[in-house]
Amino acid sequence: MATVERQADVAPLQAVARDPQRFEKVFDQFFRGLCTSFSWMTVLLVVWIVGQMTVQALPSIREHGFEFIKGTVWDPNARVGDQHGVYGILPHIWGTLYSSVLGLIIGSIFGVAVAVFLSEGFLAATIFNLLSKFNLQYHRYFGRLPDGIEETLRNLIQLLAAIPSVVYGLWGFFILVPLMQPMAHWLHENLRWVPFFSTELGPKGMLPAAIILAIMVVPTISAISRDALVAVPPKIREAAYGLGATRWEALLGVIIPTASTGIYGSIILAFGRALGETMALAMLVGSMNTIEISLFSPANTLAALLANNFPEAGADQVPNLMYAALVLLAITLAVNVVGAWILQRSNRKREGIR
Amino acid sequence: MPTNPFNPDATHVLPEGQDTFGDVDLGSLEKSLLRPRNMFSFALTSLTTVLTLGALVPLFAVLIALTTRGFARINVEALTSLPPKAIVKHDEDEPKVEPATKEAAKAEAAEETVRRGGFGNAILGTLVIVGLALLITIPFGILGAIYLAEFNPKSQLARALRFCAKLLTGFPSVLAGVFAYGIVVLLMGNKSALAGAVALTILMIPTVLLTAEDAIRMVPHKMKEAAIGMGATPTQVVWHVLLPTAFPGILTGVMLAVARAAGETAPLLFTVGFSRFWIDDFGEVLRPMASLAVLVFNFYGSSDANQQELAWAASLVLVLLVLAFNIVGQSLSPKMKHS
Repeated sequence: MATVERQADVAPLQAVARDPQRFEKVFDQFFRGLCTSFSWMTVLLVVWIVGQMTVQALPSIREHGFEFIKGTVWDPNARVGDQHGVYGILPHIWGTLYSSVLGLIIGSIFGVAVAVFLSEGFLAATIFNLLSKFNLQYHRYFGRLPDGIEETLRNLIQLLAAIPSVVYGLWGFFILVPLMQPMAHWLHENLRWVPFFSTELGPKGMLPAAIILAIMVVPTISAISRDALVAVPPKIREAAYGLGATRWEALLGVIIPTASTGIYGSIILAFGRALGETMALAMLVGSMNTIEISLFSPANTLAALLANNFPEAGADQVPNLMYAALVLLAITLAVNVVGAWILQRSNRKREGIR
Repeated sequence: MPTNPFNPDATHVLPEGQDTFGDVDLGSLEKSLLRPRNMFSFALTSLTTVLTLGALVPLFAVLIALTTRGFARINVEALTSLPPKAIVKHDEDEPKVEPATKEAAKAEAAEETVRRGGFGNAILGTLVIVGLALLITIPFGILGAIYLAEFNPKSQLARALRFCAKLLTGFPSVLAGVFAYGIVVLLMGNKSALAGAVALTILMIPTVLLTAEDAIRMVPHKMKEAAIGMGATPTQVVWHVLLPTAFPGILTGVMLAVARAAGETAPLLFTVGFSRFWIDDFGEVLRPMASLAVLVFNFYGSSDANQQELAWAASLVLVLLVLAFNIVGQSLSPKMKHS
C-alpha cells in the first residue's frame, strides 16, 4: 500500500520535472553553437570592416604614400606630369580636428553643467520646497512631481541626440546661420585683428558647424558625466557637508574631482562622436579645402569629403576615398579606445573608494 | 525669547539679547547670501540652471522651426505622392511661348502656383530599408547577447565581442556606408536598398546587442535556477524564462536602434542613392530606393522653393517618426519603471 501512495505523490512531480529528452539535448547543443557562431561573426565583422577598407585603399597607399596625408590640395581633375589628379587631405584632417575641438569646448561646458544640475537634484529640491509651501509635498499626485519633472528633463536632454543630423543641418543652414551672420559681421568689423574673426561669415562656415556639433555631443557628455557624479559615494559628499562646505565648495572640492575621470572619459567619447559626424558638417562647413584659424571661414572635414565625393565616385577615385576613410577610421578608433580605457579606469577607481 | 528652531521643546533656550555661545558668534551660523562663499555658491547654481535650460533651447528651436515651416505642407498629397522635379526657370532671352487662350494662361498660372509633389515613396523606402536592416540585425544582436549574458559570459570570445560592440557604438556612420559600398555596391555594380541595410546593420548591432545583454542579465537568478532545477536545458531556460522576461528590455534596444537608423543619412547617400518612383516589387531592394533622410539632403540646397518646403515637411515627418520610436522605446525600458 505504502509504495502505491508514494508513487501517487511522485507522479505529478515527474510530469513537471524530468530529464531533457534526446532531441532537447541535441537542440540545446545546436542553439548554443548558433549563438557562439553569431558572436564569432560579429567579431569577424569588425575585423572584416578594417581589412576590407585597408585592402581597397592599398592602391592609393602604394601610389601616394605619406604625401596623401601631408598634401593640401584635393583636385581629381588636376594633371601633374603623367599623373591623374592631386590628392591631399591635410585640410580635411585639420577641419575635422578643429571643428570637433570647437564643438567639444562649447558642448562640454553645457554638458557638464547639465550633468551637475541633474545629479545634484537642484530642480527636484526647488519643486519640493515650492510644494511644501502649500503642504502638498507628500500629496498622492503632486508628491510625484519633483522626481517626475527631473526625469522628464533628463529624457528631453537625451532627445537632443535623437534628432537626425540631417535635420540639424537643415535647421543650421536656414535658421542658425542667418541668425549668426549679423553678429559675425560685427565681430569681423570691430575685432578684425583677432585671428578667430579674420574673415566674413558666408552662408557656410566653421562656427555654425561647431555649434551643431556641440548640440549633438551634449547628451553624450551629460549622460556619462551624470553617471560618474551620481556614483560618487554619498559618504564623501556628506563628509564635505559635515565640515561646513557650501554646495559648490563640496562640488568643486570633492565631488567633481572624484568623478573627474568619468567626466574626462565622457568628453573623449564625445570627441570620437564629433570626429565621425557627417551630415551636419557636409551641409554647414562649406567644403572648401582651406586651413584657416578663423571661426567664420569655410572648411572641410574627412567625413564631409566622403559624403560629398562617394556618391559620384569613379573607379579610379574609390581607392583615394578609401584611404581618406581609413585615416578617419584610425583617428576615431584611437580616440574611442582612449575614451573607453579612461572610463574603465574610473570605474575601477570608484570601486577602490567603496 | 528666541527658540531653538530645531527643537521647539528645548528648555535651555538662549536668553534674550545673547548672540554668542561660548566663543561662537551665533550670527555667523546663519546662512546669508551676502557672505562671499554663499554668494559664490548661489551664483554657480544659477549659472548651471541657465546653462541647462540653454542646452534645451536647440531642441525646442528645431521643433518649432520644423512645425512652422513644415507643418503647412503636410497633407494627403505630400504623404502619398512622388517627389517633384525641380522647376527649371525659363531663360530671360528665350522667347516665352504665349498661351493661346485666356483659359490656357489661367490654367498654366494655376499650375505654377499649385503645390505639387510629396514624399510618399521616401516614407515607404525608409521603412523598407530600416526593416531590412532590422531583419539582419536581430539574429546578430540577440543571439550574441544570449551568448554574452548566459552561455559564456567570461570567455575570451565574450570579452572580444563586448570590446567590438563598444568600438562599433563609436563607429562613424559614414564609414559604415563606405564599408557597405565596398562590399555590396562595388560587387553588384549599382546602388541598392540592400547595401544601405547592410550599412545600417553595422550601426544597429551594438545598440541591440548591449541593451539585450543588460536586459537578460537583469532577469532574477531565482527564476533561472527554478527552471534549471526542473531539468530544463540551457536553451530551454533561454527560450522559456530569459527571453520572455527580458522582452521589454530587448524591445527597448531594438526601438532605439531603429530610431537611430531611421535618421541616418550619411551611410545611405552612396549606398542606396535616391529614386523618384514607387517600390513595385521585391526586386526593388536590389535597386536604388528613396528615403526621407536622403530626400531632405537632396532638396535642402535646391533653388526651387517647392522642393525646399518639401525638405522641411519631410524633416518634420522624419523627426516625428524618430521621436515616436525613441519615446516608445524609453517607456518600455524596465529601468524607468523602477526609478
